[in-house]
Amino acid sequence: MKRRRTFNTALMTTILSAVGAIIIGLVIGYLFLLITNPERAWWGVIRILTIGLSNPTKIAKVLYQAMPLICTGLSVAFAFRTGLFNIGATGQYTIGAFFALFTGIQLQLPWYLAIIAAMIGGAVWGAIPGICKALFNVNEVITTIMFNWIAVFAVNMAFTNLPMLVVDYWGKSSIRDRSPVLADANANAVLPKLGLDELLSSNLVNIGIFVAIIVAVIIWVLLQKTAFGYEIKACGYNRDASRYAGINAKRNIIYSMMIAGALAGLGGSLYYLSGTGQYTFVKVLLPAGFNGIPVALLANSHPIGVIVSALFISYIQVGGDALQPRFVRENIDIIIGVIIYVSAFALLLKIWFGKLFMRRSLSAYSLRDDDTSPPEHDQPDDANEKDGEKR
Amino acid sequence: MIIGDILSATLIFAVPLMLVALGGMFSERSGVVNIALEGIMIMGALAACLFLRYVDDAGFDEKYRQLYVLAAIVIAGVVGILYSQLLAFASIKLKSNQVISGTALNMLAPALSVVVTWNIQGTAQTTILIPSWVRISPEALGITADNVLTTFLFKSLFLTTPIAFLILILSIFFLYRTKTGLRLRACGEHPQAADSVGVNVYKMRYLGVGISGFLAGIGGIAYTMAAGSGFLSTVAGYGFLALAVMIFGNWKPVNILFASFFFAFFRIISFYSKSLTFLPKFENLVSSEYIYLIMPYLVTMIILVLTSKRSRAPKAEGIPYDKGRR
Repeated sequence: MKRRRTFNTALMTTILSAVGAIIIGLVIGYLFLLITNPERAWWGVIRILTIGLSNPTKIAKVLYQAMPLICTGLSVAFAFRTGLFNIGATGQYTIGAFFALFTGIQLQLPWYLAIIAAMIGGAVWGAIPGICKALFNVNEVITTIMFNWIAVFAVNMAFTNLPMLVVDYWGKSSIRDRSPVLADANANAVLPKLGLDELLSSNLVNIGIFVAIIVAVIIWVLLQKTAFGYEIKACGYNRDASRYAGINAKRNIIYSMMIAGALAGLGGSLYYLSGTGQYTFVKVLLPAGFNGIPVALLANSHPIGVIVSALFISYIQVGGDALQPRFVRENIDIIIGVIIYVSAFALLLKIWFGKLFMRRSLSAYSLRDDDTSPPEHDQPDDANEKDGEKR
Repeated sequence: MIIGDILSATLIFAVPLMLVALGGMFSERSGVVNIALEGIMIMGALAACLFLRYVDDAGFDEKYRQLYVLAAIVIAGVVGILYSQLLAFASIKLKSNQVISGTALNMLAPALSVVVTWNIQGTAQTTILIPSWVRISPEALGITADNVLTTFLFKSLFLTTPIAFLILILSIFFLYRTKTGLRLRACGEHPQAADSVGVNVYKMRYLGVGISGFLAGIGGIAYTMAAGSGFLSTVAGYGFLALAVMIFGNWKPVNILFASFFFAFFRIISFYSKSLTFLPKFENLVSSEYIYLIMPYLVTMIILVLTSKRSRAPKAEGIPYDKGRR
C-alpha cells in the first residue's frame, strides 16, 4: 500500500516537473511575443496552443512531424538510460534517410525492406561511437558530434554520386540539389496510407505514426520487462556497481548505442518514405535529429512519455508555423530551448514538487523510488572510475 | 597566387577556430564542459553585427573605422560572457547536467537571433549585412608588394586576427604563469583538493565559463567577418568544430593554435579542391569536396582513439562540484 503511494507520487512529481518546464517555456515565449507585438501576443499564444487541433489537416501535420520525433526521441532516451548522451541522433537519422532512399529507389525494393535497411544503417552509425566509448573510453558526446558531420558529408557525397538518387534523373525536374519524389521513383517504397489520408483529408499521414508508436511500446517492454533492459538501466545508474554485479558494461554500451542508432535511422526512413519530403543536399545538420533531445528530456527518458512529448513538441511547432507572418516561427524554438534549459535542472524542480506533495510523508524515499529519472545525475560516479573519463 | 589565397583564407578561418577552442579550453580546464560554444558564438556575432550595422547607418568618422570594429569585438565578447553565464548558472549553481544545458543554449541562440533580427530589421529580413569597411585593406597599411607572404598576411585582414594572436599569448601567460591560472586548472583536475587549500571552486568555474564566453563571442564575430558579407543567425557548426580543435589540441593553447590551422586548412582545401592541380582529383566522383570536409573529423577520430590512453582531458570536467562530496 505504502509502496504504491510512493510510486504514484514519484510519477506525479515527474509529470509536474515536465509541466512546470513547459509552463516556464510558454511564459518566456509569451514575453517574446509581447515584446515583438503587444497587441497580438495573446492571440499568438492561443494560436500556438489551439491550432494543432483546429482541423483534420492540422492534426495530420502534427502526427506527421511527431513520427520522426518519436523515433529520435526514443534514440536519445534509450542511450540516456545507459548513461550515454547521444547527440548523434541527427547523424544516424541522416544515415537512415539515405539507406531508406537507397533501398527504395536504387534497389527498387518495397518500403518495409527500406525501413529495415535504414535501421541497420543507423545501428552501424551508432555502433561506432559506442565501440569508441566501450573499448577506448573516448567520450561519446564528442564522437557523436563529429559523426553527425561525417554523416551529412558522406550522405551528400553518396547521393550526388548515385544518379538515380537525384531528382533530375526522373525527368520531371532539372534541379540537382535534392532526392527524387518517391512516388515517381518507386511507388512501392511509399509508406501505405490505409485510408488515413481520406480520414484526415491530408496526404501527410500514413502508417508511419503507428510504426513509431509500436516501436516505442516495444522499447518500453524491452527496458521494463527483460533482463537486457534491466542490465541497460543498471549500467546507466552506476556503471561500476553493474560491472561489480557481473554485467558486461562494455557490451551493453555498444548494444545500447546500436539500438539508439537504429531508432534514429528508423525516424529518418519514416520521414522520407512518407513520400512528401525530399532530401536536400545541404551542408547542415537536420533539426529533426536534434529535436529528439528535448523530446527525450521532456519525457524523462520514458519510452511512453516520449510519444506524448513528441506529440507535444510537434503540436507547438505546427502552432509556430501558424504564427507566420505576424511572428517568426523561431519563437517556438525559443520555447523549446527554454524547456530543455529548465529540464536540465529538473532534479531541483522535482525536489521542490516532491516537497510540495509530501509535506506529511518522508520525501527522501519517494525520490529514491523514482525509476524514470534519467541517469545523467549519476555521472559523478561514472567519471570517478579509476582511469577517469577520457576523450 | 592561388597558394597565397589558400594560406590567407586558412588564416582567417583558423582565427575563429582558435579563439573559440581557447574559450572551450578555459571552461573545460575549470571543470565545466562547454558544448554551448556554438550558441555563444551566434549571440556574440549577433550583437557585434547589429552594432556595426547601427554605426554604418548612423554615419561615422572615417578615421576611426577600426575603433568601431574594436568596439564591436568588445561588444561580442561581453555579450558572450553574459550568455555563457546562463550555462555557468545552471551547471555550477543548480548543478544541472552540463551537456544538456549547453545543448539547450545551442538551440536557444539561433532562435533568439532570428527573432531579434526579424524584430529589428523588419519582417523576413533575416540577414544582417556587415559593412565592407571592417576589412583592413593592404593599401591602408601602405603595403604594395604582391607576393605569397603579403597575400597570406594582408589579403583579407581583419582586426580580429592580430587580436586573436594577442589573446593566444595572454592565454598562455594566464594559464601557466599566474596564480589564478594555476587555481583554475586545479579546479578542473581535482576540485576537492583545490577547495581544501582555500580555492573557491565555484568562483573559478564561473571565471572559466566567463572567459570561454568572452572568447567564443569574439570568435563569433571573427567567423562572421571571415565568412563574408552577412550574418544569417548561424555560424555553420564552427562552435562544434572548435570543440574538435580543442580536443585535437589536447587542451593546450599552443597545440590548439596548430590544430586550428590544421582544421581550417582542410576546410579551405575543400573549397579549392576543384582548382588545385596537385590534389588528387577523384575523377569518378561528382562532389569530391566532401572528402576534404570529412578528413579533419576522421583524422580527429583516429587520433582520439589512438591517444585515448594518453589523453590530457581535465579529470573533473563535466562533474558538478559538490562541497559535501569528498
